[in-house]
Amino acid sequence: MATPEAPAAGAQADRNHGLRIFLIWLPLAAIADLLIWFAWKPHIPPGTMTSSAEHQQFDIAFMALLCAPVLLFVWTYSAYALVNWHYRAGDEEDGPPIHGNAKIQATWIGATAVIVLGLFVFGTVELIVPAGAGAGEGPAPIWKPNVSHMLEVQVIGQQWAFTYRYPQFGGMESTQLVLPANTTVAFNVTSIDVIHSFWAYQLGVKADANPGVNNIAYTTTKDQLGTFIVRCNELCGLWHGAMFNNGHIVSAPAFATWARSVQLKEARNGILRALPPYSTTYDPTVIPQLGSSLVKIVGITGSPGYYYPPQDPVTP
Amino acid sequence: MSLPVRITALLVAFVAVAAGVAFIVVHFILGSPPTVTFNASGGVTNVVLQEDPQNNSPSLPQWVSYYVQDPKTGHWVHTTLFSVPAHSTVHMTILGYDGCTPLRNNFWSQIQGTIGGTATVSIVNSKGAATPTRRVSVIDSWAGCTIAHTFAIPSLHVFVPIASPNANDSANNLCGVSPCTSGPHSVMTFSFKVPTSGTFRWQCFVPCGGGYLDGNGGPMQTIGYMTGNMEVRA
Repeated sequence: MATPEAPAAGAQADRNHGLRIFLIWLPLAAIADLLIWFAWKPHIPPGTMTSSAEHQQFDIAFMALLCAPVLLFVWTYSAYALVNWHYRAGDEEDGPPIHGNAKIQATWIGATAVIVLGLFVFGTVELIVPAGAGAGEGPAPIWKPNVSHMLEVQVIGQQWAFTYRYPQFGGMESTQLVLPANTTVAFNVTSIDVIHSFWAYQLGVKADANPGVNNIAYTTTKDQLGTFIVRCNELCGLWHGAMFNNGHIVSAPAFATWARSVQLKEARNGILRALPPYSTTYDPTVIPQLGSSLVKIVGITGSPGYYYPPQDPVTP
Repeated sequence: MSLPVRITALLVAFVAVAAGVAFIVVHFILGSPPTVTFNASGGVTNVVLQEDPQNNSPSLPQWVSYYVQDPKTGHWVHTTLFSVPAHSTVHMTILGYDGCTPLRNNFWSQIQGTIGGTATVSIVNSKGAATPTRRVSVIDSWAGCTIAHTFAIPSLHVFVPIASPNANDSANNLCGVSPCTSGPHSVMTFSFKVPTSGTFRWQCFVPCGGGYLDGNGGPMQTIGYMTGNMEVRA
């Protein structure tokens, strides 16, 4: 039978266990967080080529920073329990009945509420501050970069290639995505056939390319020059898996030289005149140079006579 | 029904099902058009293709299609798979027998990735008379009835619009039996370097899959018709 002093002794023993668990967990958590921040974070994708990529890297590292102590606490507690509270031979006694603990319940509810609300605030700030975090914001973005000059780049998805138009350089178009360093870029992403998705992974930019929709995404390049990969991230047909190419971040003077040379070449060979006037979206059934009414006349577009055959129920 | 009859019926049914599955696997899943092999001579590989308004397959003869000319026999092979040696200059000749269709993105009217950024074009009429060969860097598909298809290897940045024969001529005299050997057509030539070994997909950017979503289904998404692979051998 238990003596009157037993509850006090039990509470003291619990406190000792708690203190020991805490003292084991604390240095482990501190070491883990230091390793995450200083050793792992610089290598966490998508890297630091742009502001949005850098924010995403920070977000992932910060979340890991929060998660590691929780994970280590669970592991420490489990290991401690296995060592200290496992079954011992001859011990047939039941554990003490436990009925509620207001302090633990309040701590649990309070801590989880703080974590959830904190993550809500953190996520919202990290969405707003980097102007949409590199994600497509649709045709009317809420979060725009607060800068006086932006480079406009139109991304046009088509089966199975991306092309890029630069309206500030006469609307020239290229199969290469070249960006200047230290520049805020507005990607105007659209498609002229099915749904694609523009995913410049190392830039931390991803925006769906929908026909008839201008999906705008922002980022700011840093002073890190180099190559990045652009992939389609929406299953779009036979060659979806091959729909990728390399983009380049170059110095501002090198970009200006490249853009002007492409513009000049396309002006000289006549392709600039042959392109439709720059627009945020394009209707492929309309050929501006011919006029919309002419396009669907039988015969003008060759066999079988229609740009889009009338038996196709999906096309406009 | 006696036991031997039941067993025989069961075996026959099993063999029939197994044969059906094997046929589907071999014919449709593992089946592939043949690959035509080209060799270089003096560092240059001559490849000859033609694009037709139809094809000679038994199942989908109405689809537009490319053909590859076997360099050994001179016969046209219904395939879009061919191989060339690495580090050679591919000299491509494409005979365009199909009528015109405008490009969805007129940017592909520009010849890109070829040596000199140009191609030569000549139009042969239904009587066999050819126009003088011109060297061009753009064939504007929206300026008139000028382009039938394109030949593009996106990963090599090679994009070439293939001219179509004269619209009025082709409207009445378009080649109707594939592989085409007569009828109005264009003759286009261009060259490009193959940098290294590997498999490079090629495709057409004209929405010529009539009757399919956005004109980009059917033959546009089927190897052996308007898209294929160029294998570069080390």
